[in-house]
Amino acid sequence: MPDTAMEARWHARLGLGLLLAPALLWLGALIILPHVDLAVLSFRERVGPRQYVASLAQYKTFFAEPLYWHVFLRTAIMSVIATMLTLLLAFPIAWIIAKLARGRAGSLLFIVCLIPFWVSETVRTLGWMILLRESGVLPALLVKLGITAMPVELLYRDATILVGLVYTSLLFMVVPLVSSLESLDNALIEAAYDLGANGFAILRRIVIPHAAPGITAGCIVVFMLTLGNYLTPTLLGGKNSQWFTEQIYTQFITRFNWEQGAAFGFLLLALSTALVILGLRISGQRFGDVMRQT
Amino acid sequence: MSTPDLVANAVVKRFAEHVAVDSLSFSVERGSFFSILGPSGCGKTTLLRMIAGFIAPDAGDIAIGGKSMRDVAPNRRPVNMVFQQLALFPMMSVGENVAFGLARRGVAKTERTARSSAMLERVGLGNAADKRVDELSGGQRQRVAIARSLVLEPTLLLLDEPLGALDLKLREHMKIELKQLQASFGTTFVYITHDQSEALVLSDHVGVMSHGRFEQLGTPQDLYYRPQTPFVAGFVGANNRIVGRTTNADGTVAEITTADGWIVRALKTGAIAVGDAVEVYVRPEVAILARSANELPPSQPHHSGEVQSVLFDGANSAVLLGESRTRREFRIALPQTGQFSDLRPREKVVFSFDPARAVCFPARAGAAGQDA
Repeated sequence: MPDTAMEARWHARLGLGLLLAPALLWLGALIILPHVDLAVLSFRERVGPRQYVASLAQYKTFFAEPLYWHVFLRTAIMSVIATMLTLLLAFPIAWIIAKLARGRAGSLLFIVCLIPFWVSETVRTLGWMILLRESGVLPALLVKLGITAMPVELLYRDATILVGLVYTSLLFMVVPLVSSLESLDNALIEAAYDLGANGFAILRRIVIPHAAPGITAGCIVVFMLTLGNYLTPTLLGGKNSQWFTEQIYTQFITRFNWEQGAAFGFLLLALSTALVILGLRISGQRFGDVMRQT
Repeated sequence: MSTPDLVANAVVKRFAEHVAVDSLSFSVERGSFFSILGPSGCGKTTLLRMIAGFIAPDAGDIAIGGKSMRDVAPNRRPVNMVFQQLALFPMMSVGENVAFGLARRGVAKTERTARSSAMLERVGLGNAADKRVDELSGGQRQRVAIARSLVLEPTLLLLDEPLGALDLKLREHMKIELKQLQASFGTTFVYITHDQSEALVLSDHVGVMSHGRFEQLGTPQDLYYRPQTPFVAGFVGANNRIVGRTTNADGTVAEITTADGWIVRALKTGAIAVGDAVEVYVRPEVAILARSANELPPSQPHHSGEVQSVLFDGANSAVLLGESRTRREFRIALPQTGQFSDLRPREKVVFSFDPARAVCFPARAGAAGQDA
């Protein structure tokens, strides 16, 4: 008897282990191992051919060279701005989908938001380039309308990068916002209205507190995507984009300086973690509640 | 006489083809408890939402406290509403819920807190201000919802079936509590419900609503003892319904014969002539039950029947009879004397009722063939 019971328990454990195996393998082999390897890389210095010593030199370079931490700060600030713009733009869209559009109209609007994502990010970004470059559609239109005398170059500006980033991130903000706004009972809005609240008071006291986990979730996702975006800043910003991911790319690919690239990678990871924790602190949200919304 | 707190004048609301509220006019006296009673889909919620201002009437006018409410937004009306699911704000404490309306009016924080805790004290929740809404019981939430509205001292408090979500025992308790609250605050209450017992117990006046119109508007006693339409007779309180044709219409009492030949007598309401299809309503407590005919009042027509089932429910016990000739079901309330406690199914009994306390109406279109 005890033998069969033990055997059954062993079988159950084996079953569970096998079920979890793909996820654990993925987590271990593709996330944890490379990170450990990169961490080790970032803490060593090349002193001669195939000779390495442990050192903090890579991190020292980052702080010693103004270009690096300027780009780092610029990337962080631009990402925060892009996240805020995405939130401002996505909130009305999510409100319309969740509260105003009824039945089919709501799902139709949702699909309209989704359709651009059927095309790869590269193609979409190239589409923006066709619209915005000096010989492109929008500058030609401006000349035709008599707004500008000559075609102007709309690419390679900070605003262009922001437009591209907001466009790319919009859906990732709309989805958690829609789900959190849909769960808001309309009677609460009516009750607040009935008790004398105007539109702004309802938004501030009822809608935003209710949607806070969804807002935070959307902001975290969009911020991380933006911070780690390589394609959009490079294509739309060109040489001026000065995005930190480009610095990482340059270290790894152009300069074969893997040690420096690994250190930059970890600095970016630290930055995003720090800003997410800060965001959670400011909004008073708990990580678990927020993640349930995504 | 003071101006009524609520006056509706020929109010109409249509949704596409459907007329939800059909040219309704009524007024509600200051300080009274007015109920709108009707089955679901009768338009009572639409009417309440028009009073609150969430929907605008297609025609007609609603005046509150003597002022027309045309184009006045809900947040500017001297009206507050207790919602069906209460709609307390889960993101705020109980105290913040009650103070919400005061804050919107720009009342300073210290006064706000003082007034909201005084209000919570009055509804018996003096120590609940810092609690979260989901820590309260159903009855306590009910009181918070009422306190949240009454703290604004509205001219009119609207209540949208607020007891619907509670279990039976609590509902009975809250009924009494609501009546006491209304009496102590003196605010005019407009209450909508589909539960006739709530309407009868609570109200000074009740409007019975059906298909967007008031079938009858009166005191609970009026509705119960002097129903003006078959709908009211059937909807308010229990009633035996007998369908037949008039065979004698002389005087105030008509004689009605059913298709299968049972003859009953009842007070005429409305124009009834010989040969008309009519509906007779007899309340279970109006009929007198006896084991032998000589125990019945000799002045009343006698009927006989067989016990089908005894429905014991304490003070509300009743017996279901089958009239001996036609097998028609007839319900009689059992007296509290215990005289019939040994009544058994299939026992032969006799019964009678005072024709002056039974009513008959011209049959509604399409209702003549149906049996109750």
